[in-house]
Amino acid sequence: MMDSKYKLTLGGALLGAFTTAAVPATAQTMDVSVTIPRLTVAEYHKPYVALWIEQAGKPARTINVWYDTGKKNNAGIKWLRDMRQWWRTVGRTTPTPPNGVTGATRAPGAAKISFTAGKGGMPALTAGSYTLVVEAAREGGGREVVKVPFTVSAAGTAKGSGKGSFELGAVSLTVRR
Amino acid sequence: MLNSRKSLLLLAASAALALSTAAQARQWLLPSETMFTGSGNEWLTVDAANSTDLYYYDHPGQPWDAVITAPDGSTVPVENRMVGKLRQVFDVPIAQGGTYKISITNDQMFGSYMLNGEKKMLPRGTTPATLAAAIPAGATEVQTAEANNRIETFVTAGEPTTSVFTSGGKGIEMIPVTHPNDLAVDEEATFQFLLDGKPAADLEVVAIPGGIRYRADLKQISAKTDAEGKVRFTWPEAGMYWVSVSIGGRRGEGAGGPPPATPPQPEAPERRASYSMTVEVQG
Repeated sequence: MMDSKYKLTLGGALLGAFTTAAVPATAQTMDVSVTIPRLTVAEYHKPYVALWIEQAGKPARTINVWYDTGKKNNAGIKWLRDMRQWWRTVGRTTPTPPNGVTGATRAPGAAKISFTAGKGGMPALTAGSYTLVVEAAREGGGREVVKVPFTVSAAGTAKGSGKGSFELGAVSLTVRR
Repeated sequence: MLNSRKSLLLLAASAALALSTAAQARQWLLPSETMFTGSGNEWLTVDAANSTDLYYYDHPGQPWDAVITAPDGSTVPVENRMVGKLRQVFDVPIAQGGTYKISITNDQMFGSYMLNGEKKMLPRGTTPATLAAAIPAGATEVQTAEANNRIETFVTAGEPTTSVFTSGGKGIEMIPVTHPNDLAVDEEATFQFLLDGKPAADLEVVAIPGGIRYRADLKQISAKTDAEGKVRFTWPEAGMYWVSVSIGGRRGEGAGGPPPATPPQPEAPERRASYSMTVEVQG
């Protein structure tokens, strides 16, 4: 079983190397779109957002954290725990701020991010059931968690989508090779 | 027939009401935050009160002395302690990573003795340390029992640790199976209760979410400890919960356990112990 999988992957890599396909990438990639809703409030602060992947029986993996990276002495990390589910599930048991997965907060709109397996916090996703969890916490605003369950096929691909109501809009993902 | 049944029901209802109003107010500690980033320079502030509704202030403030145990086992002095009319407030610097215990314990002796043919009660506030001095020479038929009260809450900077969960072997204590700073909606949590250092079996433990004032349903959930003193709760909603268990003293809630095998002598006071903790359930 392991062997045949390995051969398949190897075959794909060889194929990629010898053809000039429109999508030459053979590394597994997860494209995620997270929509931050535009809110008409007197004092708006861009939300802190954490994205992580859960799989039954495995430790959760943080793949992206957006926080206020511009504060003196990196003081913005103080509020990472306001993403309370992320903090409890994975944030407090990994370095603060997490290594190699952080970025600045983002303005309202659809943020599109691609994660490559083996880079940053992104694990290689073998066939099975997963959940992408997105949590947004806004200063002076609310906090919302959107869970997007998805199933990775034997070919290593998947699709999933979810939707928030207050602090998050549409969330979608595509796992491709 | 109907009438007599109705009056019986009414009687039962008023008896229940009398029981509930007679119930002791709930003692609690309420932390401003249970999860700290662990930057080393954060502050916790805590309210301590004895109230009917959770978590509001409606009874006289108490001169309790809280003991703060840091993850490394040291005792951290509280700062800015203020004992108000309806509550006590204090601050705690959170300088270490790990789990802190905030604990108030109160050990008292109560009972009576006969002196010159007259029955005298032990004065309020008698402790095990002052008991000998409280009983005059010549007293006979001395009947005493101990009351141990413990009120706790826990906060964690960074990753939860378990160093503060040790048993002192007196009163009711909580030893977590599930860490009290790792509770979440729809997840089962297990706590072990000890009475004088031994598993406290067959006691009813109650859990009540805060915010009682603005809802019709108390939302109390209860469960009995098993032979190992362990009790399991699955939290229906996020928020701060008051978890309490007690023995003796005819408490309205949290009281439980079978009657003693040999009923105490009419004059003998019943040993009492109570434990209450505030825990946060994440949503």
